[in-house]
Amino acid sequence: MNAPLIGARIERKEDYRFLTGAGQYTDDVELPRQSYAAFVRSPHAHAKIRKISLDKARQAPGFIAAYTGEDFAAAKLGGLPCGWLITDVNGQPMKEPPHPCLAQGKVRYVGDQVAIVVAETSEQARDAAERVNVDYEVLPAVVDGSKARAKGAPQLHDIAPDNTCYVWALGDKAVTDAAFAKAAHVTKLDFINNRLIPNALEPRVANGSYSRADDSYTLYVASQNPHVERLLMTAFVMGLPEHKVRVVAGDVGGGFGSKIYLYAEDVAVTWASKQVNRPVKWTSDRSEAFLSDAHGRDHHTVAELALDKDGKFLAMRVKTTANVGAYLSTFASCVPTILYATLLAGQYKTPVIHCEVTAVFTNTTPVDAYRGAGRPEATYVVERLVETAAREMKIDPAEIRRRNFITAFPYQTPVALMYDIGDYNATMDAAQKLADVSGFSKRKEQSIKNGKLRGLGYAAYIEACGIAPSAVAGSLGARAGLFEAGEVRVHPTGSVTVFTGSHSHGQGHETTFAQVVADRLGMPIENVDIVHGDTSKILFGMGTYGSRSIAVGGTAIVKALDKVIAKGKKIAAHLMEAAEADVEYDRGVYTVKGTDKKKMFGEVAFAAYVPHNYPHDKLEPGLNENAFYDPSNFTFPAGTYVCEVEVDPETGVVRIEKFTAVDDFGKIINPMIVEGQVHGGLTQGIGQALTEGCRYDDATGQLLTGSFMDYCIPRATDVPSYQVDTRETPCTHNPLGVKGCGEAGAIGAPAALMNAITDALGVTDMPMPATPQTVWRTLQNKKAA
Amino acid sequence: MAVKVSLKVNGKSVSAEVEERTLLVTVIRENLRLTGTHVGCDTAQCGACTVSMNGKAVKSCSILAMQAEGAEVMTIEGVAKPDGTLHPMQAAFKEHHGLQCGFCTPGMVMNAIDFAKSHPNPSEQEVREALEGNLCRCTGYHNIVKAIGAGARAMAASK
Repeated sequence: MNAPLIGARIERKEDYRFLTGAGQYTDDVELPRQSYAAFVRSPHAHAKIRKISLDKARQAPGFIAAYTGEDFAAAKLGGLPCGWLITDVNGQPMKEPPHPCLAQGKVRYVGDQVAIVVAETSEQARDAAERVNVDYEVLPAVVDGSKARAKGAPQLHDIAPDNTCYVWALGDKAVTDAAFAKAAHVTKLDFINNRLIPNALEPRVANGSYSRADDSYTLYVASQNPHVERLLMTAFVMGLPEHKVRVVAGDVGGGFGSKIYLYAEDVAVTWASKQVNRPVKWTSDRSEAFLSDAHGRDHHTVAELALDKDGKFLAMRVKTTANVGAYLSTFASCVPTILYATLLAGQYKTPVIHCEVTAVFTNTTPVDAYRGAGRPEATYVVERLVETAAREMKIDPAEIRRRNFITAFPYQTPVALMYDIGDYNATMDAAQKLADVSGFSKRKEQSIKNGKLRGLGYAAYIEACGIAPSAVAGSLGARAGLFEAGEVRVHPTGSVTVFTGSHSHGQGHETTFAQVVADRLGMPIENVDIVHGDTSKILFGMGTYGSRSIAVGGTAIVKALDKVIAKGKKIAAHLMEAAEADVEYDRGVYTVKGTDKKKMFGEVAFAAYVPHNYPHDKLEPGLNENAFYDPSNFTFPAGTYVCEVEVDPETGVVRIEKFTAVDDFGKIINPMIVEGQVHGGLTQGIGQALTEGCRYDDATGQLLTGSFMDYCIPRATDVPSYQVDTRETPCTHNPLGVKGCGEAGAIGAPAALMNAITDALGVTDMPMPATPQTVWRTLQNKKAA
Repeated sequence: MAVKVSLKVNGKSVSAEVEERTLLVTVIRENLRLTGTHVGCDTAQCGACTVSMNGKAVKSCSILAMQAEGAEVMTIEGVAKPDGTLHPMQAAFKEHHGLQCGFCTPGMVMNAIDFAKSHPNPSEQEVREALEGNLCRCTGYHNIVKAIGAGARAMAASK
């Protein structure tokens, strides 16, 4: 029998191809008779389209075809759908303005698609697109979410008065207000959770092709969820039957949320491929990615925490304006509501919470889920409030957390979630030790001697992952199920191919999932391959987001594996001439209780495919099982982050001296991969707090941060090496005991870092990102005051 | 107007008909179909397109194909041994989990190999500074930094 694989640091199976240039990303796919598309995009934030002239484009070298919104309307192509219906405080459905693939009479943000141009080469497509002449009547624009509902603000959609998509609330307002009235102390903060641009390093690509031979389409696309893409595109936009559309998402170069959605370009190249009867490929350049990939965050929040005299939390009150951009992207509506307000209990026994969210349309790129999706915003609210309250009440910030930690499970929060398990003191203890919190005051003295400021900040985050019990999601407005599918195909000589509806775009599923399967089957990991990302191979899949892959996708595989092992038991019983009830199974070996009889899994597999001696009266031959798994609850990863910074008051430069993360992800399959996920998440969280901030020009609505020279994703010198560790309370409701680890870093890091910086500066609050200029200004303002 | 460029790529003489404006990365990806070299931005910031040209790491998105006339270029496809054995730097990236989605990886490896030639035993800070022109959105650099240090030492040891 082989050594256990669960919990082992195994080098990744996928690495060889990536390290040798053999990865097959979507742009690497070139089809016979390939043609290329470019999009004409709006240069204005808000304008009426008077006229589009394609005449000059048609004369461009290599021109094949061009289509505008009129063509799409004539072809009766639908708009892009939103997958989650939010019901507002008055019981009314949210406002869902049409989201056309190509603009219909009006453009609503810089980058809005106006026309698609197809040509023989990508350069010729771009050249021809340059020759498309669009006559615009420019309208005033609004880009700031907190100004969208102001009197006289430009109106984006006729059906959404005051640019309001919905006003939604969770919690009991009267009870919350009453608790505030009795509070010994109230901490109040007013802050912005800055808009971010995801920037997976591989830009989006879509390559559509149509076959007249069988009237079918294939779309190669950089996507996190090919089946969802197909479902949305066929059922809601193109009116095609799903069996005529294959969606392939091969190697995908990072997603972080931005590749969940059905985008206009995906529909446009697929539709155009039939019109020109050739494959049509569009490859986004980075400038287009900045304009057209769904953005993240962008909340303006006023939050209050009520405490008694001992620092016990009595109530929380939160009012948020969420800027959803010009149109509703695929999951835009659930991010600032269902994925946000439900997390406001954090790790604490806050008895009552009320949260009101107003979602507004503005002349900006649509906003949707970006790594963490609602949960980073919630954690920022809770952990900035808690730390600030501790400082105001002169209670140690770790101590105030401990006084309020939930310690008994299961725990029903006042904001709908039921935490199954956790140990928040354990992660806090470990983090304090690893961060050497007790040595902080000495280090601070040394910094002061050197003319520097030093600060320490905590974040004790929680997240809800493993989305989702479909019935719960449905009752909250989800328009899809959120289960996952898996298939285990055992080959005659005992090797295994596993098909999963989860999608790997950096997470290393080909290794992690193979570890799970090889461990259960007692075989070397080389004997197991994981297949994902192709609707023609995988039975179904809801895809990868919300740190759901191992908890939901992994469990679906385990369920299929259970069926394989159970069928194998019947075969083994027959082969060993024993009663099925007497056959036991352990990691690849079937034995008969109380005897020395045994059959290896490989022998059983062989018997299933060469069924000469086989229980044909009871069993079908073959060994191939699938399973759909719908989780019974969310999973609740949680942890404590401690950040220590040194600030140069002369320059405002913040240096992260130490960043410590102790997470509880439940059972861990591959610690090396999990640590990598934490490192990456932390860096995106640090990016939000320190370097990244999307900016639009208020007057014109132009994106000011439209390249890597204006929008600073962290570079290697911006971040430290991390100290990471884990504690383990296994999830109680899935067989692997796993919770998910993909987003934690991005959820916890911003609050920890901003708590550290405000501690160093001795200020209550400051905006993200804490660039040197912002830090320096904050210090000057403090001096002046 | 089409022009002809001739160069050596991964030890093989090749030529291509290109436009004057054609970039080296386009020749590598589209003419030669060596798709391991990636394009991650349009402002020479991300370094995903890094290749070795005449022994130096360069961003192939910032070089015209015509400028590579007569040059010796090595792409990620030419780094491992002909029998498929990984170069010590590639092996170090694998061992230290210095890659996730793999998109920035070829550029990282090409830059790291060049860097290691002059830094056989680099400090963490030296490695971080050497990555100034390479962006990664997945790993947070932590394991890339470890991998490059280990890879550099392995390269020095194998000399």
